[in-house]
Amino acid sequence: MPAVKIKRASSSVDMTAMTDVAFLLLTFFILTAQFRSQDAASIETPSSISGIKVPDNDIMTIGLGRDGKVYFGTDNQNTRIATLENVAAEKGISFTPAEKKEFALMSNFGLPINQLKSYLSLSKEQQAKVKQPGIPTDSTGAGANNELKSWVYNARKANNNLRIALKGDNLAKFPEFKNVLTTLQAQNINKFNLITGTEAPPAGWTADK
Amino acid sequence: MAEINTGGGGGKHDGGKVRSKKASTRVDMTPMVDLGFLLITFFILATTLSKPSSMTLNVPDKTKQEETEPIKASNVMTVFLGKDNKAYYIFGKAANEDPEVKTVGYGYEFRQALMENVKKVGSDKFVVVIKPTKESTYKNMVDVLDEMAITKLKRYALVDELTDSEKTLLKDKVKLNI
Repeated sequence: MPAVKIKRASSSVDMTAMTDVAFLLLTFFILTAQFRSQDAASIETPSSISGIKVPDNDIMTIGLGRDGKVYFGTDNQNTRIATLENVAAEKGISFTPAEKKEFALMSNFGLPINQLKSYLSLSKEQQAKVKQPGIPTDSTGAGANNELKSWVYNARKANNNLRIALKGDNLAKFPEFKNVLTTLQAQNINKFNLITGTEAPPAGWTADK
Repeated sequence: MAEINTGGGGGKHDGGKVRSKKASTRVDMTPMVDLGFLLITFFILATTLSKPSSMTLNVPDKTKQEETEPIKASNVMTVFLGKDNKAYYIFGKAANEDPEVKTVGYGYEFRQALMENVKKVGSDKFVVVIKPTKESTYKNMVDVLDEMAITKLKRYALVDELTDSEKTLLKDKVKLNI
């Protein structure tokens, strides 16, 4: 009587199917990737039920950090350069092409104009270490030291279709928001978007048609 | 996981014929899968998945002075946004008429208070005046504006100046120093 042989299961698994799925997912993520931009400060926005999406193009974002610092950024690199040129002309400062190029890479910043030049000359690692003090604003919205005013004005001069989005942090105090609001209102900008997270509306709630 | 090849190296068997070794048609795909998942992980982490939404805020033109009809205090609910995520409201009376100051939180509690007062006057007459104080945060303001969207109240105003009588009222009733 022959010995009963136990059939050994093969230790190798067919990985073709798994590879297929993995690469399918990979392709999907590569194609839909929209890279997170490096922000000057992390801002945690409050959430709202509003379903309006923030437009991708032609947008100017004014950030309001938790400590009340104001940040400014536009979406397009050409707009950024044009804005910088306009502001520089207004303030009587000149920037070298290298500095302009460096500036175009910043998605947002919070620096007074007189610190901008020295900041742009730093390396990427050093820039990350700099604590940005925020763009100066004031409560009247039209004061001589209000630099947000000139950034907003010159960005709109550079691109007239810019829409304005305000991105405030949960913990930002109201007076700082009011300063930004007054600055915009002083330029007769009365319509803007507040960037918020998305939260589910209460049960049974439907949007107005 | 990986397959271990234990086949002879195509060597000569004792006294046998020389046989050419057949190459296996199976390729070890483990490193490829590893790489695939590594890249997937990278792309998942590097992308922003949920796009933020936005709410529109329209503020009145400050350069134009329009004469508007005064609103009756009996239809107005004035909401003061105080510190520590608390809101205070008065309803039906002006601040100098010794109104009752009620305290609410945000969210559901606030909505309840709104709906209760809407019922008293009807939604076409009801006006909400939102007055954020300097103690309140940006989140508080967005929360209240969001409640306006949820309750579909169209008649509301965001006012940032507090009158003297309102300041005294808040100081006396809820010990809020502004």
